[in-house]
Amino acid sequence: MLNEVLRRILFLPVQGSTLAQRIDALHYAVILSTMAGAFLVTLAGGYLLLRYRRRLPEPAIPNVEAGSQLSPPLKVAALAALAALFLAFWAVGVRQYMELRVAPEGAMNVYVTAKKWMWKFAYPEGARSIGVLYVPAGRPVRLVMTSRDVIHSFFVPDFRVKQDVVPGRYTTVWFEAVAPGRYEILCSQYCGTGHSTMRGEVVALSAEDYARWLRGAPEPAQIAAPAYTPPALGRPDAAIPLQPSSLVRQGQRVAAEQGCLRCHTLDGTPHIGPTWGGLYHARVPLEGGGEATADEAYLTESMMDPLSKIHRGYPPVMPSYLGKLDGPETAALVELIRSLADVPPAREAP
Amino acid sequence: MSDVLAEAPEVEEAPPDYLHAGGGIKGWLLTRDHKRIAVMFYVLILVMLLLGGVFALLLRTELLSPNALVMSADTYNRMFTLHGVVMVFLFMIPGIPSVFGNFLLPLMVGAKDLAFPRLNLLSLYVYTAGAVIVLGATIWGGADTGWTFYPPYSTTTDSTVLPVTIGVFVLGISNIMTSLNIIVTTHTLRARGIGWSRLPLFVWALYATAIIVLLATPVLGMTLLLVGADRLYHFGIFDPARGGDPVLYQHLFWFYSHPAVYIMILPAMGVISETVSTFSHKKPSSYLAIAVSSVGIAGVGFFTWGHHMFVAGMSELDAGIFGSLSMFVALFSAIKVFTWVATIYRGRVRFDTPMLYFFWFLFLFVFGGMTGVAVATQSLDVHWHDTYFIVAHFHFIMVGGTLTAFLGAAHYWFPKMFGRLYSEKMGLATSAAVFLGFVLTFFPQFLLGNMGMPRRYYSYPARFQWLNVLSTGGAYLLAAALVLTLLNLLIALRWGARAGSNPWRARTYEWETPSPPPTHNFLAPPVVDRGPYDFDLSEEEARARTEAP
Repeated sequence: MLNEVLRRILFLPVQGSTLAQRIDALHYAVILSTMAGAFLVTLAGGYLLLRYRRRLPEPAIPNVEAGSQLSPPLKVAALAALAALFLAFWAVGVRQYMELRVAPEGAMNVYVTAKKWMWKFAYPEGARSIGVLYVPAGRPVRLVMTSRDVIHSFFVPDFRVKQDVVPGRYTTVWFEAVAPGRYEILCSQYCGTGHSTMRGEVVALSAEDYARWLRGAPEPAQIAAPAYTPPALGRPDAAIPLQPSSLVRQGQRVAAEQGCLRCHTLDGTPHIGPTWGGLYHARVPLEGGGEATADEAYLTESMMDPLSKIHRGYPPVMPSYLGKLDGPETAALVELIRSLADVPPAREAP
Repeated sequence: MSDVLAEAPEVEEAPPDYLHAGGGIKGWLLTRDHKRIAVMFYVLILVMLLLGGVFALLLRTELLSPNALVMSADTYNRMFTLHGVVMVFLFMIPGIPSVFGNFLLPLMVGAKDLAFPRLNLLSLYVYTAGAVIVLGATIWGGADTGWTFYPPYSTTTDSTVLPVTIGVFVLGISNIMTSLNIIVTTHTLRARGIGWSRLPLFVWALYATAIIVLLATPVLGMTLLLVGADRLYHFGIFDPARGGDPVLYQHLFWFYSHPAVYIMILPAMGVISETVSTFSHKKPSSYLAIAVSSVGIAGVGFFTWGHHMFVAGMSELDAGIFGSLSMFVALFSAIKVFTWVATIYRGRVRFDTPMLYFFWFLFLFVFGGMTGVAVATQSLDVHWHDTYFIVAHFHFIMVGGTLTAFLGAAHYWFPKMFGRLYSEKMGLATSAAVFLGFVLTFFPQFLLGNMGMPRRYYSYPARFQWLNVLSTGGAYLLAAALVLTLLNLLIALRWGARAGSNPWRARTYEWETPSPPPTHNFLAPPVVDRGPYDFDLSEEEARARTEAP
């Protein structure tokens, strides 16, 4: 009860992991006592300023009280008490920090690869996902993380965990979700253009649902309503011209899941990658001269071997999707791009 | 500047003050007078504050909306890099030492000038060169790395990182020159009778700062050169693809940049120590505690850098040690705060603008410092690290602490520097507006951090919006208040009443010479037979004891 009141006053997110509540308890103790101290000092200062304000007209006599001060033992005692308080914070903080850092025995491993600007998860059973991390609730999960390019940071506010993801080494973080639900993942180490949209989510499932998901079943309906939609980059999302084709809708789903929309827009606005609006059958200028027609072959090649023909003016940052998109998914994406052929190119992004 | 006061009546016989010493433009640009150099620094540094402030306003404007509003993500990233680099390296670090330190140190130790006047002038030009290089880099697109230049991002991004790091390197050289001057002057040029225990506390603060600058800045210089080598020659120090280690960079960077926090705050604490004593008309309750804690902060500050890296992939043992050492900085700061508050006790408080700034400083610094204790608590830092909580925390220290003290100093020493009095009413009003604007800007950011909004976010989830709007509103208020503050001082420069040599009835030695001081500072070399805070002496007696018998 008190926990809930303080959590709301301090604007803290829900306590979604097993450690969150104890960390927040320390949070309340530290914040309340330090803030009380700060206000006390300020009030004391303010009181003294008013109490000893100079009254006019000023007496010309020199200040005979010049040397007055508190007794030395009192000062030493105050400092010792303060030091003890700070070191107590530290001692509890270190213990919790160790718990945050060292995963319990028997935690399940998930392998995480971060790259500009997406999260990729590989599960021991062979399943893979991008952007969404599926975990069983009530079971400790240890993430073994590395980065393909620059430093990222895996941050789940609801779990009170954060860990930098560093290229060239593995770092780990662990958590145990207390209940099934959706928890946002944010990248908290600056990583360039798409840093603020390098988000994802943890979907905690019940043990049975998780087992079903591993076998290839879609996530269950009660948490299927997307709490998280990939945000529009560059400008607010323009209306996507929908065609009554199930393949197009499937393409939209694949594009969202695979992170395509983090770099490609649908509304004709150039972004990190070329827009898909009006791309189909357009003449594409290539880096190093020449041009190509954006037909099915070119589009497919660009997904599987993106560095072979770079659209002029765009950085060569797209990863290969070879082996990550199956035939129907590739087709669905091509179909989605084809459905956008009539979108007019927008003016330059502001 | 000399034209502004051109029609001021000259006093007979007395040498002209430094503003009227003549020489025209050349007399300013080639001067060796520390006071003129300080005034030129003042102008440059205010321009930098203005630029950094404009960048901040643009950032805050963009953050009014969770999505794109006035600029693209890439522009935003360049803008916050520029804001950070300009505010840290061009305003905060040189700010108080190069302007007020430069102007006041010789006056406070009873010297004619700094020990190396030519070096002082050179440091001004090196600073200018550094500023031109840093700002010039924006013409070629600017860097988008953040002021922290973390590799491998900084070694692989397409933006123009090199000119910015070179500019910061050059600024470090200027900073080292100023610091050498401060140390040598304090050691060798003290007037007869000014022993170490008779130095004004501002001098102690400058001295401690200068030592940190000398020890730490070369490390930053080397580190930035290595980033350059990685970029240009694919050296591989920090690049994991070549066997390097990006976390090594963070250790080296924070070895400088954590002490740099004290480079920014210690001179501000010196200003506050002077202010509280003068306006309480009372000796500091413990001279020794303030002087020793300055040096203590300077020392311990070198061994706390790891608290910037609790989630970077450091060993748990290292993290624990760094966490405990960080608490001692808070302890030394607490000693200072208690000493300031105790100084007011049974004083005779005069509530002028500098004293109001002291009061804001007290609140903001203690509040910000206490959140520092909170983020040094490791398990809590894991949640707060790289969120707006950290942004709010360091702005409370740097803006709430250093900028507030800078403004306090600008008002406190204005009569000494320019011989005029500013409008006290306007001073108090603008000071209150600065405080309000500041709190409105940065307090919501603590809550944003608690909610989990990471820093350097161009777009953000919509639930963060209303606090961001509040913060942006505060930023506009703060900007308006700062402009009014500047106007108040500029008006006083031309139309203010004559100040006289000691309008605040202070006791530190700079007030024993005319305002503005003559080129050689004192009419006769002072011989001092009293301390800097002897308020038990009458003004006449205090003056008599700074003159040769």
